[in-house]
Parts: sequence; structure tokens; C-alpha cells
Amino acid sequence: MNLAERSALDWPDVIYSNFRRAGIRQVGYVPDAGLSRLIQLCQSDPEIADVLLTTEEEGIGLVAGAALGGQRAAILMQSSGVGNCVNMFSLVKQCRLPCLIFVTMRGEYAEFNPWQVPMGSITDACLRLCGFLVYRIEKAEDVADVVAAACDISFDSNQLVAIILSQRLIGRKRWNN
Amino acid sequence: MLHRREFVKQLLFERGDLLVICGLGTPAYDVAAADDDGSNFYLWGAMGSASMVGLGLALAQPDRRVAVFTGDGEMLMGLGSLATIGVKQPPNLAIVVLDNQHYGETGMQPSHTHSGVGLVDVALGCRFKQARSFEKAEETALAREMLYSRPGPLFIHAQVAAQQLAQVLPERDGVILARNFTDRLRTGGRKS
Repeated sequence: MNLAERSALDWPDVIYSNFRRAGIRQVGYVPDAGLSRLIQLCQSDPEIADVLLTTEEEGIGLVAGAALGGQRAAILMQSSGVGNCVNMFSLVKQCRLPCLIFVTMRGEYAEFNPWQVPMGSITDACLRLCGFLVYRIEKAEDVADVVAAACDISFDSNQLVAIILSQRLIGRKRWNN
Repeated sequence: MLHRREFVKQLLFERGDLLVICGLGTPAYDVAAADDDGSNFYLWGAMGSASMVGLGLALAQPDRRVAVFTGDGEMLMGLGSLATIGVKQPPNLAIVVLDNQHYGETGMQPSHTHSGVGLVDVALGCRFKQARSFEKAEETALAREMLYSRPGPLFIHAQVAAQQLAQVLPERDGVILARNFTDRLRTGGRKS
């Protein structure tokens, strides 16, 4: 395995190590294949409360409650989940609370399911309209720097921040067709 | 039927260091009328999120009891959060639903509970430790005992009369509300 392949496999571990460094204590998520390794890392950490959500918008309430209680939190979701959150974003925006979300993309690179395209094609613009700073990551070697910077600006400057993990970074979803 | 404002006032009497999250609409006026304290956080929007704000706070503050006061309409918009709470089993979280079976803020249209949808059954199905309905003023002491003494997650379902009461409006600016709440938490509890 060459270095590039190795670092591509490790990006969830890099994000997790940043969670530790930033002192994130709550992670809400709706499962996604691209997030499975990161979710497992959070679940196995007794210092992190992993919160399985029924819908992504619950995560916005969770991070607001965590911030009110003095803890840092993050949310993991697929791009389709961003659309579920739109009105809930008003909570963190109006109260100027930090909100850090990680979005794995569907509906772009090598997508098999056309139903993922409508929301996937507006995810970035939707987040910006809702007041988020958006950082898109295409390459595994950029994960460490961008995620560290995103944690800093979100928690130190009370900003809404979205990290978009591109479908090319995550890799193709396999279908049995 | 319970008188909503009296029931909330009784629940919040001598509340100690109880932290309160309040869903939008009439429950906010009830809580503000009873005890407009810096340890209350009022949502004026983000309908359906009150229980989840309560969960995030309860996880962050495991040594404090957290009560979410909300209405039937707001609870119905976030029913999935009861399942999420059921998975985490926070022992310090109580959800108090003031159920008047109507959307009071928008013209008293009947809600789903008016047609018999049972929130206590939902909470029990979601593995709440205790979920109970209250409809008589004499039961208020039991509701208090639940709220302050029992291990959560707890679900207190208050069947309140559908009446329009004077609006007691708390602060609306979210930055001020959040700052008041976190300042109070940092400085350790009750107002003097």
C-alpha cells in the first residue's frame, strides 16, 4: 500500500484525533456508510457521548444544549440530512452558538442513485444560505489541516461551520446490480 | 383538567438548581410567569427541538437535573427525539408536556392528541423510565416527587385546560438568553 492509499484510509482517524484535540464530548449522527469508521471510533471512546439521531435536525438541538451546558459537540450526517436541518439552524444562528457539522456527500461523484442528486447538488449553497462557513475536502491529505482549522474557528469564534467530505474522498458506494 | 399556569408554578416552586429548557409558545409564558430565572432557556423558534436541547444539556451537566417544558404541538414535531433520549437513558432529564390538545399560538386548532394520540404510550415505547399522565391538581405533589427525586428519563404528561391566558413574555434575543444561561451555570446556580 502506498502512502496516498494509506492516508486515504486514515481520514476518519484524523478527524477523530481532532475531536480529541478540540475536546469534543458529544457527537450526534445519523449513520452513513462513509462515516462508519468515524462513528465506531466515537462509540468506543468513553469520553465521547455518541448520540444516535432519528433525524439530523435533532443534532442541532443537541449541540445547542451541549453548548449551553459548557460542552463541545459535533454532528455527522449525509448531504441529504442538511435539508432536514434548515429551520433548526435558526437556533444556533440566532443564539450565536458554535455548530460544527461533518457532511459526507452523495449525489455527485459516480452516484448510482438519482434520488441523491437533487439535495446533493444544493448542499453547499444551502449551508451557505443558512449562515455556515463551508470547507470542502477533496483529498485525504487536506483533512488534518482543514479539520483542525474548522474546529478552531467554530469553537473559538462561535461560528457555524460545515466540513464537506466529497464523494470522491469517501469512495464509490458499491451496489449489487 | 389542570390549570397550566398553576401546575407549572407548583412544579417550579423551590426548584433548587433545576435547569429548565422551554419550548416555544404558551409553555414559555407559563414558565416565565412562574419563575423567570437565568437558569431558564427559552426557545422562540426551532420548533421540535426542545427535548434535544434538553438532552444535550443533560449530557453536559450530569450532576444537575434538567427539565424540558413544552407543549403538545412542539413535542409532536420532535417525537423522534423521544426515541433518541430512550437510547441514551439520561438519568437527569425530564420532559414535561403541557398538553391542551390544541395549537394555542395559531388560533387553537386541534392537535393530534385531541384525536386520542397518546404521548405517554409513545414515551413508554421509547423506554422512558417513567411516563405518567396527570389531570388533577391533587396529583401535583406526585408530579413534583417524580421531577425532583426519580431517576430519568422521565415523561410528565400534564392534561391542561385549553384556555387563553395573558402572555408573559420572556427575553427574545437568543444571544442574551444563551449568555444569561451560561453565566448562571458558571457562577453556580440560584439567583440571590
